[in-house]
Amino acid sequence: MTAAVVTGLGVAAPNGLGTEAFWKATLAGQSALAPLTRFDTAQYPSVVAGEVKGFVAEEHIPSRLMPQTDHMTRLALAAADWAIGDTGADLRQLPEYGMGVVTAASGGAVEFGQRELENLWSKGKEYVSAYQSFAWFYAVNTGQISIRHKMRGPSGVLLTEQAGGIDAVGHARRHVRKGTPLVVSGGVDAALCPWGWVPQIASGRMSTVTDPDRAYLPFSTDACGYVVGEGGAIVVLEDASSARKRGASRVYGEVAGYAATMDPAPVTGRPSGLRRAAENAIADAGLTPRGIDVVFADAAGVPELDQAEAAAITGLFGRRGVPVTAPKTMTGRLLAGGAALDVATALLSLRDGVIPPTVNVRVPAPAYGLDLVTGQPRDTNPRSALILCRTDD
Amino acid sequence: MSAATTVTLADLTRMLRESAGEEEGVDLDGDVLNVSFDDLGYDSLAMLQVIGQIQREYGIRLPDEAIAHTDTPRALLTLINTIGEVPQAG
Repeated sequence: MTAAVVTGLGVAAPNGLGTEAFWKATLAGQSALAPLTRFDTAQYPSVVAGEVKGFVAEEHIPSRLMPQTDHMTRLALAAADWAIGDTGADLRQLPEYGMGVVTAASGGAVEFGQRELENLWSKGKEYVSAYQSFAWFYAVNTGQISIRHKMRGPSGVLLTEQAGGIDAVGHARRHVRKGTPLVVSGGVDAALCPWGWVPQIASGRMSTVTDPDRAYLPFSTDACGYVVGEGGAIVVLEDASSARKRGASRVYGEVAGYAATMDPAPVTGRPSGLRRAAENAIADAGLTPRGIDVVFADAAGVPELDQAEAAAITGLFGRRGVPVTAPKTMTGRLLAGGAALDVATALLSLRDGVIPPTVNVRVPAPAYGLDLVTGQPRDTNPRSALILCRTDD
Repeated sequence: MSAATTVTLADLTRMLRESAGEEEGVDLDGDVLNVSFDDLGYDSLAMLQVIGQIQREYGIRLPDEAIAHTDTPRALLTLINTIGEVPQAG
């Protein structure tokens, strides 16, 4: 079977714009969680977020695209530019129909959509942007990346909420295996506006703690919900042999295994499908749990979900059987961008042989039996990583 | 009554920039009066957006069938300045 390897990374994260800035901040344990400034949170119970700051869209986005793109799409286009640049590939030498785009989305470009709905209701239909017709749409990041880089091969968008970044990469691998030599994948999301905020609050799982250092403490006895952030990562998957043929300068790693499961209905009392998904992904990679050197956790930060995840991990690896980390404690959960950022983080971890830390959690709850990497990075030279993610039900 | 609107090329290029941006390699401050919107990098959606802005800013209505034939800045300005309908008060 054709190996799908990652040859380019582009990161737009709250704690770093660009791959190296993000990675440096992540190893240093620099959290970007802070009181939300994008809009007035006075009437909302949750007030901490991971905002991408310092992104000047005009420096990255052509003038013609500015009126027709949401903040989310601008971040995605910038990350895609970085990821494609990182591959060193000259796209003009590759066939247009041999390049595809598969990204993840959650609610679409809700900030753009909210602004145009406000225009509609407060001023009238004449004031609604013609670009609302597609700028809000779930598939807009995929579409704009595809148009900008003239990638006409198999493309799509996956909407599986916070698991989307992994599902997109899994689907991209499928396209590579079916004969598309290069697929741009991952996910970048941004919903830090009232319309994006309210549905997260309605989940009942968002932290209402106002201290940014205490708001998101997955696997801790003080776990109190999660914090939402914006951003994500774009990754470029290539067929290993065609990457080699074009003289790819770097291979970050291989997407060796992928699996997804559905949870049983709560009334059945059966356990979540997370462990089965992990087992299937490890088997798909031709490995056993002993071959996994680090687990990037979903880290919901909600006690019952943390417990379920810890049970899945210890069930597979044994108590304290594998290092577990959640660098997303520095960014918040990035919706459709979160698992994609974990993919990029895991690949950087393999590149440099170091596991980035989980911040703000001093010790995990002992009952979970996790070997959580806290405080400092750990130099254990990992060769393979397992990334877990779950959608909100 | 006749429309009192006078829209200049400078007004139009400003609105084009605001509504739809400026294509790389195109200079809207150059001699663009007779260059087709297509060659200036504006597609139909961009034109829809800029026509919307013109109508809002000048309080005029530009009939769809007339807009369909205005494929250059000169033709659009002529349309705006001659048959732009000012909605009657009341």
